[in-house]
Amino acid sequence: MSAIELRSLTKVYPGGVRALDALDLEIPDGEFFALLGPSGCGKTTLLRTIAGLETATSGQVVLGERDVTGLQPGARDLAMVFQDYALFPHMDVTDNIAYPLRIKKVAKAPRAAKAREVGERLGLDQLMDRRPGQLSGGQQQRVALARVMATQAQAFLFDEPLSNLDARLRLEARTFLKRLQRELGVTTVFVTHDQAEALAMADRMAVMEAGHIRQIGTPAEVFQRPANTFVASFIGSTPMNLLDAVVRGDSLEVAGCKLAVPSAATGLLTDGERLVYGVRPEYMAYSAEPVEGALGGKVSIVENLGASHLVTLEVGETVTQVVVPEGREPSPGDDGYAVPREDRALVYRDGELVA
Amino acid sequence: MALATSPPEAPPEPAAKTRRYSADAAGLGRLRASLFTAPALLLIAVFLVFPALWVLYLSVTDYRLSGAQAANPQVVGLDNYTNALGSGDFWNSAWLTVEFVLGSAVIGQVVLGFTIAWLMRDRTGPLKRIVEGLVILAWILPSAVVSFLWVALLDRDGGTLNMLLGIPGFAWLLDYPMLSIIVFNTWRGAAFSMMLYGAALGNVPPSHLESARLAGASGWQQLRDVVFPHIRGHILTNLLLISLWTFNDFTPFMLTAGGPDGKTEILAVYVYKEALIGGNLGVGAAISAIILLINLVVAVFYLRMLRRKS
Amino acid sequence: MTARHVAGRIGFYTVIALVLAFFSIPLLWLATAPFTSDPTYEVSLPDLTLANFQAILEHPYALGSLYNSLILSVGTALLVVLFAALAAYALSRVRVPGRDVLLYTLLLLSSIITGTAAMVPIFQLAVELQLIDTHLGVILILTGGLLPAAIFMLKDFMDTTPKSYEESARVFGASPLQIVRHVVVPLVRPGLATIAVWAVANVWGNFLMPYLLLGSDPEYQPSAVIIYTLYTEGGQANLQLLSTFGLLYSIPVVLMYLFVSKKYGFRFHGGIKR
Repeated sequence: MSAIELRSLTKVYPGGVRALDALDLEIPDGEFFALLGPSGCGKTTLLRTIAGLETATSGQVVLGERDVTGLQPGARDLAMVFQDYALFPHMDVTDNIAYPLRIKKVAKAPRAAKAREVGERLGLDQLMDRRPGQLSGGQQQRVALARVMATQAQAFLFDEPLSNLDARLRLEARTFLKRLQRELGVTTVFVTHDQAEALAMADRMAVMEAGHIRQIGTPAEVFQRPANTFVASFIGSTPMNLLDAVVRGDSLEVAGCKLAVPSAATGLLTDGERLVYGVRPEYMAYSAEPVEGALGGKVSIVENLGASHLVTLEVGETVTQVVVPEGREPSPGDDGYAVPREDRALVYRDGELVA
Repeated sequence: MALATSPPEAPPEPAAKTRRYSADAAGLGRLRASLFTAPALLLIAVFLVFPALWVLYLSVTDYRLSGAQAANPQVVGLDNYTNALGSGDFWNSAWLTVEFVLGSAVIGQVVLGFTIAWLMRDRTGPLKRIVEGLVILAWILPSAVVSFLWVALLDRDGGTLNMLLGIPGFAWLLDYPMLSIIVFNTWRGAAFSMMLYGAALGNVPPSHLESARLAGASGWQQLRDVVFPHIRGHILTNLLLISLWTFNDFTPFMLTAGGPDGKTEILAVYVYKEALIGGNLGVGAAISAIILLINLVVAVFYLRMLRRKS
Repeated sequence: MTARHVAGRIGFYTVIALVLAFFSIPLLWLATAPFTSDPTYEVSLPDLTLANFQAILEHPYALGSLYNSLILSVGTALLVVLFAALAAYALSRVRVPGRDVLLYTLLLLSSIITGTAAMVPIFQLAVELQLIDTHLGVILILTGGLLPAAIFMLKDFMDTTPKSYEESARVFGASPLQIVRHVVVPLVRPGLATIAVWAVANVWGNFLMPYLLLGSDPEYQPSAVIIYTLYTEGGQANLQLLSTFGLLYSIPVVLMYLFVSKKYGFRFHGGIKR
């Protein structure tokens, strides 16, 4: 069990591509930490560099108290689950789970016993003699998990642990993984491109873009107060509304409407400044009657989200989206007014949060 | 707060140059990788590359298999080349080889292979399996066996062909030797072209063919307008490859041994006779060098075409 | 059914019949003559005798040559598989400088330097290295000729085998040699098997190299050469022997081809199917 620390970690590929740019990160012991970002942001490279499968160009990887930057992957006391699980097809489940122990020179009987013990814990006891090719996707994932659990490593690394599962299984697996990690208490870093997955599973996460970390925080922090417009638009199943705004005295002019300055930004704005105003569709109150401090316009599209509706309002020359609870949804063509929650509205200057 | 972490307490040491270890999948490293490739490269160097280079050396000497020149070969410059290029036998052999390649590969195998592939397209039944099975059988049986099968087939007095045609006493291998080996090689090698065109035809989108059919195109027009444009690249690479193979094929030797009277003395046989029967290694090497050069040209063309396709 | 359609059908079946005849007639003799007591060149209904096989057993060199063919084939296949696998793995996984140039050159070389083009220097080389009249000589030379293509094919196969198996074992602490033993070899076994069969098939039927290098002693000659001498040397060809021996000699290759195409269909893919 150990904390993971990255100090100014940089990786440059021959040819000059900066996959990781001077990253600093601290992951306390026992945390379930997500590396989130779009394709090519460097999250998998970062994971592999922590594992040692990629060598860092400069900077340090510290595990517990040890600087492991120069150590071979096998010497770092880490365990990794790959996206395709990498279960050895010619070994049965028992041998697969016991493989790390075999490398550690544990004798055949004790390691088979340990494998069985771990396998039972994950519900694999009926499958111990099967080959990976005979297992379903979900079962294969559990074998891969059992294998890393058998290592009793200091930290676990998961590369896109859920992307190889069917959509339905994925949700079950999310809950399963979160509970497992809580029980084991092992520091775990996982990589995902799915923001919903990261929000659901992680204790804290790092949102990455093009080799940089754009924000580190808990799911609540990242969702409610994204530190910049990249994170703001990347996080959230419904995209955050990002609208051009101009400061007019002690209020904001947004798309021709007068809105209150968010509480967090009071006193930090200069008159006439051009900014970006951000508020999530979920954080606005909808009204069919005109209200002060609202974005007002005409309803153009109403999308059914199940227990709520996503209403698209044409406000001035732009559009805004609002989530409206069941039973209160308007019809296209109606007039609508959306009032942003003061403590959830955000202002961005040059892409960075004003706070 | 939703901000990046504060810097660590103690300032980090200046980033020390990380120790290098191999980043390949299994951690082999360059040294072990070189050791792994060494045996193969050694064998290739000694038994493939070196002979090719030595040919060049031999070709400028008067080396013979026996006699004074075997013990004390002298460098004779380009004499062997000028002798060869001036010799009627050489040009006779070269021309025969061209005939052989054109007739059996460029025309024979390609046309036959393509025809069978075209006729058998879209079919899956026992007929297809039988036809393909026989064609492939002709290809995989050992060369010594099929050579004799054709010797038997073409025998003037007892051969099956003459029996079927009702013309006993007709000496195919004596009177029409080139035709015989051309037909033989067509028979032998059609399988490769058949499989290649079969695969290529399978890749022609059926929707294109159907559009043509609906527009009223006949079979021949479909072939010309839809199929050929799609497989043009395959035709060329196929031609280059089988021409290269046929050019280097020694098998006709087993049917006619270059005879009668050198009428089927293709270059492969000519080299053998000149160098290993006649003992004239220097001249044989010169001709071998010419063969190597021709091979090189064709192969480079072929690889260029492959690259362009991918 | 239009007249054109019917004519088309007739045309189709005529051509197919011709093709079938063209390919089967030369082969028929191989099926009938071994079982005919006094075979002639002509194909005729066999009277189903096994006497010819008896004659094979009595011939001094026939069976021995099959054994020689086996030695040459298996020997070459073993060397080719071993060396090509090592080289292909290293080239697939490690970025050795000049790797791509090397592969391109290997491919080029194997197409250019054929037995025909190199028979003169190879003969010379074998004489100098005293490998004439030895099986080892033929094996080494054939291995050298087959290695480039084998390396190319195996590397291609290994490239398509995911690296995650090796990396997974590496993170668990396995040393490179352990990884090769535990993970890589089992994964690439199908590819190795295919190359082995391909090598055996190539060597089994090879005529030129054994003819060139094992010319003097029939005790060492493989079947390809023995068959040839059976019909070119000494007067009347012994059709009993030729037909039967030819059949025996052909069967292994046919069986191998059937086996491989049924089991693998000459596809190369490693890892578990999903």
